[in-house]
Amino acid sequence: MDYLLLQVLNGVQLGLLMFLLAAGLTLTFGIMDLVNLAHGSLYMMGAYIAWMLIGWTDSFVLGALLALPATFLLGIVVEAIVMRRLYVRDHLEQVLATFGLILFFNELVRVIWGPAGKSIAVPAFLNRTVEILPGVPYPAYRFAIIVVGALVAILLAWLVARTRIGMLIRAGASNRRMIGALGVNIELLFTLVFGLGAVFAGLAGLMAAPITSVKIGMGDDILILAFVIIVIGGIGSIKGAFVAAMVVGQIDIVGRAFLPDFLKTFLSASAASSAAPAISQVLIYIVMAGVLVWRPTGLFGQRT
Amino acid sequence: MKSKLFGTATIAALAFGLPAMAQTPIKIGFVSTFSGPQAAIGEDMRRSVELAKEHLGGKMGGRPFEIIYEDDQFKPDVGKQKSEKLVQQDKVNVIAGYIWSNVLLASLKTVTDEGDTILISSNAGPSQIAGELCNKNFFSTSWNNDQTPMAMGQYLQEKGVKSLYLMAGNYAAGKDMLAGVKRTFKGEIKGEDLTKWPDQLDFSAELAKVGTAKPDGIFIFYPGAHGVQFLQQYVQAGLKGKIPLYQVFSIDAITLPQQKELALGTLGAQEWVNDLPNEQNKKYVADFKKKHGVYPSYYGAQSYDSIMLIASAAEALKGDLSNKDKVRAEMKKANFKSLRGGFKYNTNQFPIQNFYIQEAVKDPEGMMTVKTIATAVKDGKDPYYEKCPMK
Repeated sequence: MDYLLLQVLNGVQLGLLMFLLAAGLTLTFGIMDLVNLAHGSLYMMGAYIAWMLIGWTDSFVLGALLALPATFLLGIVVEAIVMRRLYVRDHLEQVLATFGLILFFNELVRVIWGPAGKSIAVPAFLNRTVEILPGVPYPAYRFAIIVVGALVAILLAWLVARTRIGMLIRAGASNRRMIGALGVNIELLFTLVFGLGAVFAGLAGLMAAPITSVKIGMGDDILILAFVIIVIGGIGSIKGAFVAAMVVGQIDIVGRAFLPDFLKTFLSASAASSAAPAISQVLIYIVMAGVLVWRPTGLFGQRT
Repeated sequence: MKSKLFGTATIAALAFGLPAMAQTPIKIGFVSTFSGPQAAIGEDMRRSVELAKEHLGGKMGGRPFEIIYEDDQFKPDVGKQKSEKLVQQDKVNVIAGYIWSNVLLASLKTVTDEGDTILISSNAGPSQIAGELCNKNFFSTSWNNDQTPMAMGQYLQEKGVKSLYLMAGNYAAGKDMLAGVKRTFKGEIKGEDLTKWPDQLDFSAELAKVGTAKPDGIFIFYPGAHGVQFLQQYVQAGLKGKIPLYQVFSIDAITLPQQKELALGTLGAQEWVNDLPNEQNKKYVADFKKKHGVYPSYYGAQSYDSIMLIASAAEALKGDLSNKDKVRAEMKKANFKSLRGGFKYNTNQFPIQNFYIQEAVKDPEGMMTVKTIATAVKDGKDPYYEKCPMK
């Protein structure tokens, strides 16, 4: 039972990280109708910028806090220079341009910080375990990720559901041309949304960094998962992204924690332990295919 | 203008014939990882190769030599491509390097069969090449993957450890490593995880399983950046002090600068340790430390040996590496002063050598390093050589 709880928490932690990444992606896709493959680059830049700032300030918390406005600025600059020109283009051209942006950022990092990977140490006050239940220790840093991720998710839900800007975001997601016709400054709204997405991606990147290390192309693999999440959740839906991220997080953990033992009941031990990682990688895509058959617009998708 | 110059040079080379050939440099290709999170390993190897070049005075058998480094980017397909380039375009005499078993397996045929070029593995030692895929053009200055974990397993068996939980990356070397430890460790295996390689760096689910299985020890194989992340997460999960960690290739001169005190006291196995008491090793370690301010690793020591092995053949043949049969025959003698204190080649051209148990400690200056605490295996042979058709 304790073991199950630990694995569920591991899934939640992974899911929340994925949600931060997917939230920005689903907003830009849903509201601006922009396919942004370079969203993973913002995740990477968040981690690199945090690594640099943590080195300068000698404090994880301070460095991480400073990295957030920095990634926001970066997002705004990228939007103003590149993305703004892509809104009127079709998806294929957006894919090409933002793919180019991935190559640009990977090369930029290589030029500025060199080809070797970097590692961010877990801050000392989190380098221990917390007892989530008496006698059940859980790594404090992962617990902190859950707390921060949950807070950001609540903040985002409040922002979208209760504020004026959230109202505009929702309006933009359902009918872009109409809110433009109503006199809303769409350009500013788009810039803000893109910047917001960049901050979330950067936050995910810097929180994942002490676990997965900082490296060139670190956002490219995880971006694919983020796309899977927004497709499962329904494009443009924050709620959908949250639910789908939680599902994907749990599936990943189930694949790693329980699948090998399950396979061992009818396969040899060595076959089971090498087949399990392969199957768990595929599992997420099977779920995505299943959801798309059942609901072609995703769990919470609104478009027909 | 350029082509005219080139033409003149060619005519000059033809006219002077042999003397010109004596001065053309021997070309050595070196494939390793020089970018990404594992670049620190490639850099350690490159530094050691350069040190070997310095110690040789830039010459082998009277001929100057040059090293052409290629970055495999930690990817089998790129490694194969770069190996192909070295053989076909640069026409190198020998290729050395290769950290990763999967990169080596992808590149092997291109070099040894299609290119008929000698390949010296400075690290990777997949079981296939030690056994049925053994090749007259393949030499190792490292080990077969199974051997180091076998030494660790034997030590734990003798120490009376009752049960182990095994973890490694899911690729050629990871599978060999776990097979190796199971050959000599006869206690209970409480669990076994092969994790996604190389993209999985988050071991939370697996560590939760370890905590529940309560084994006497965890055995891991996570080289380079993976070892750094694993150790941090092992400590964060509260397992340090409860379940001891035993490792191969996961705590070394590459990872210790980042693992620091977290690694203290952890045991591992290795065929070379920086404190092995032979003259050439003392000189190598001292010169390396003086130059770079850090300890070299076994990756570096094995790369140094690769260059010295080529040099030994070049010396014996007075710099003429054109007859490949002669070069192979010379190399097979392993007639050079290896940093691990000399070894002989087995029929599959893998070394017959000792393995030591090492412990992560602080040196007198406070720098993290490893020191030898026991000899686990004497003159060990890999378990596959009888499957190799070469005699």
